[in-house]
Amino acid sequence: MTKFESTSSLSRRSVLLGGGALVVSVGAAMTLDTMMSMQAAYAQGAKPPLTPDQLSSYIAVNADGTVAAYFGKMDMGHGLHVAIAQIVADELDVPFKAVKVYMGDTGTSVNQGGASGSTGIQLGGKQMRMASAEARRVLVEMAAGLLSVPADKLAVNDGVVSATDDKAKRISYAEMIGGKYFNVQLDWNKQYGNTLYAPGKAQPKNPKDHKVVGQPIKREDVAPKVFCQGDFCTDIKVPGMVHGRMIRPAVAGSVPVKVDEASIKDIAGAKVVWDKGFLGVVANKEWDAIKAAEKLKVEWSQVDAPFPEQAQLYDHIRKAPVRKREVEKQNGDVDAAFASAAKVIEAEYEWPFQSHASMGPACALVEIKDGNVTCWSGTQKSHFVQLGLAATLGVPVEKVRVIHKTGPGSYGRNDADDCASDAAVLAKAVGKPVRLQYMRDQGTGWDPKGPASIHKARAALDASGKVIAYEFFSKGFSRVDVDTNGSKPQDTLAGQTQGVALKSGDGFGIPAESYAFDNKRAGWETIPPLLDRSSPLRSSHLRDPVGPQIHFASESFIDEVAAAVNADPIEFRLRHIKEARDVAVIKAAAEKAKWDTRPSPRKDQTGSKVSGRGIAYSQRNGTRVAVIAEVDIDRSTGKIFARKFTVAHDCGQLINPDGLVKCVEGNIVQGVSRTLWEEVTFDKKAVTSVDWISYPILDITETPGQVDVVIINHPEIAPSGAGEPSIRPVAAAIANAIFDATGVRIRRVPFSPERVKAALS
Amino acid sequence: MTQKFTLNVNGTSHTVDADPDMPLLYALRDDLGLNNPHFGCGLAQCGACIVHIDGQPARSCVTPLSAVGNAKVVTLAGLGTPEKPHPIQTAYVEEQVPQCGYCINGWLMTTAAFLRDKKNPSEAEIKDALSGLKCRCGTHVSILKAVKRAATMMG
Ligand code: FES
Ligand code: FES
Repeated sequence: MTKFESTSSLSRRSVLLGGGALVVSVGAAMTLDTMMSMQAAYAQGAKPPLTPDQLSSYIAVNADGTVAAYFGKMDMGHGLHVAIAQIVADELDVPFKAVKVYMGDTGTSVNQGGASGSTGIQLGGKQMRMASAEARRVLVEMAAGLLSVPADKLAVNDGVVSATDDKAKRISYAEMIGGKYFNVQLDWNKQYGNTLYAPGKAQPKNPKDHKVVGQPIKREDVAPKVFCQGDFCTDIKVPGMVHGRMIRPAVAGSVPVKVDEASIKDIAGAKVVWDKGFLGVVANKEWDAIKAAEKLKVEWSQVDAPFPEQAQLYDHIRKAPVRKREVEKQNGDVDAAFASAAKVIEAEYEWPFQSHASMGPACALVEIKDGNVTCWSGTQKSHFVQLGLAATLGVPVEKVRVIHKTGPGSYGRNDADDCASDAAVLAKAVGKPVRLQYMRDQGTGWDPKGPASIHKARAALDASGKVIAYEFFSKGFSRVDVDTNGSKPQDTLAGQTQGVALKSGDGFGIPAESYAFDNKRAGWETIPPLLDRSSPLRSSHLRDPVGPQIHFASESFIDEVAAAVNADPIEFRLRHIKEARDVAVIKAAAEKAKWDTRPSPRKDQTGSKVSGRGIAYSQRNGTRVAVIAEVDIDRSTGKIFARKFTVAHDCGQLINPDGLVKCVEGNIVQGVSRTLWEEVTFDKKAVTSVDWISYPILDITETPGQVDVVIINHPEIAPSGAGEPSIRPVAAAIANAIFDATGVRIRRVPFSPERVKAALS
Repeated sequence: MTQKFTLNVNGTSHTVDADPDMPLLYALRDDLGLNNPHFGCGLAQCGACIVHIDGQPARSCVTPLSAVGNAKVVTLAGLGTPEKPHPIQTAYVEEQVPQCGYCINGWLMTTAAFLRDKKNPSEAEIKDALSGLKCRCGTHVSILKAVKRAATMMG
């Protein structure tokens, strides 16, 4: 057997002297260059630093030949790890089953951005592909030296490198490097997060040589979930752990002025942790912590109720001062075209605050031991939470490890990062590990919200009915009033309640489409938050941040223009869309759904039960989706049943069709839920939608009976995302279907029965 | 004041020292280390915490220990094992239902009791039986497929 010994002591001198550092049983002569490159490429016993420029930060070959892939992003329920393992297996030429993906642990992975912007495959997978390709290149080069066979005469199968003309000459990855670490430098672009990119010298494979990528491989983590063998972040326990609960004010913005610790003295181990606006309790048992939080007598500061009446929300947005205005797209002379128009069509659309309302309220466990901080969290962004905890606790970043464990659902910046910071403050204060879980009302009432907004669209037509100009503007709360992660105390409730100076960010977006109009302008305006500190209406990223609201408006409006010129909604779109892949998704959806070409609304229905169909389409960072909704409406009750969806989805190269279909189904159902039901309610003092009654989501009795997904695979185009694009067009597709069925345009989400009934009468 | 309770869970008896008003959920999770029922709402609104009490689905987040008595409590861990899975567990794996999986407990426990009592249910009957359970990830389409598959298996 061929093996290396004492490899870390392999020095230029020992190679030159042919000394005993290296035992090569094949006994063939090697050139010095080969030997030296092997040395450079070879493993070492000690792990190189966990930095983005080290191959060992992404890939390791275990002694048994299995491969560990260390991934600085994580799965949020779509089975991303399967796709990543497919990519790694293909690039490395090892069996799929030999790859295990370790996700979102700051102790084993570098900051690849966490779960963010549907970039798991698009950016995270790209980096894992490059790292795997480099690992393969290095291993083949090593094998070339060891077997004395030129690299181009070697093939790799299932982790074994062999000479193409003499199969007896073979060596496995495990024999060469198993259990040791790559000592290979990558060409890192010095970026952290989503944009981190660190290729090696290797070129990745041509997609036509992919064998594992593209296969419908199943998730191995489903069985553990149905047999209760996997841990959620809620299930983690450590010795000496106590339970925490937080206490939030009944009037947003008020802070405790008097806390009567004696009021909970009967509860075993109950302690109060109070610092300015931060107020929590801990107790030995979870139920005791819950009771203590309920019983604790607190006097709160008197503050002016910070919010407008909910009924005034959209008026407030219209009148609010603009904090930032941005025109993101402009061509032609829009104003002149509108001035010359024969007819102008205008409409305004409204979208409410929405909650992540994760299945369970967030939970985190923080242990501080010997100066080291460990946090188990369902966060989407462990590496950012690591920074946040370091700042919150005043310790060096290297002392903090954040381990992602599946949380109770996550759809963006939900309550997870706040919970991790709160737990850290509690743990530091009581000197014990603290497991903190929020209560339901805090999960739904106090998570960062998807921003409320209004959207104004107008189109100019000439005398022949041709669209000569188009303008689209959104005005709303910022998508980054608090940032998309908890890396800075100013962006967490713990920081805000403890008085960290705030910095509300500005961000919104414009429709992502390829309608070519001679004169076109699209932009946005953001307004200040309603309350600048510890607000239950602070806004941030909620799945496909601002995508559903923008495209609800823009794709409803395109339909309105189509109706105004008496055109079929698809035919009208195809007249103006310029990108071929966009045209292709629309045509694919239309064909699958057997679209009946005619203008909307249909005119052949009487009675209270009517049906309609609607289409909407959009892009998202390279992905294109067309959604056709078929809905039934009961005019007498206003109740909508979004019965059937047809989705055509093009995200470039397909990695796993099963995973993609599931991912799309989840997007559609959540999209229907947000369209038909979801709206954060509030009064002048606080958020009043705090549970599943006051914040209803779609029930199984209302679930679409059918979701057909047409996948358009482009192996030649690098894969883009799928985690969010297909939620984007759902609301408009439904709105357009309602219009088709009834001739009535609903321009405010959600389409609750009362609202629909009122609109129809 | 705490009290001693003897609970019969998955066929084994356990003693728990706790407040009579403490919901069963916390005894199962924290005292017995059975992580399958989850805390979703604590308000009987979501189903994440469902166990069977004498064969009937019950929301353990609002079931005080004092009300359990010597009833037989079965959690998801008691429903089936990888070696001897309940048909709905098999069906969930076959249909690959999960997104996050936090809600799974409620759907499986409710389905198991429903399919035990109702053979060959219609789609409307299935939806009706599962109404009120929450899944925020929106796995409903796959859930329905899995329940239908399990119904066929249990035919
Ligand atoms: S946790 Fe019991 S029903 Fe939600
Ligand atoms: S799978 Fe996440 S809540 Fe159902």
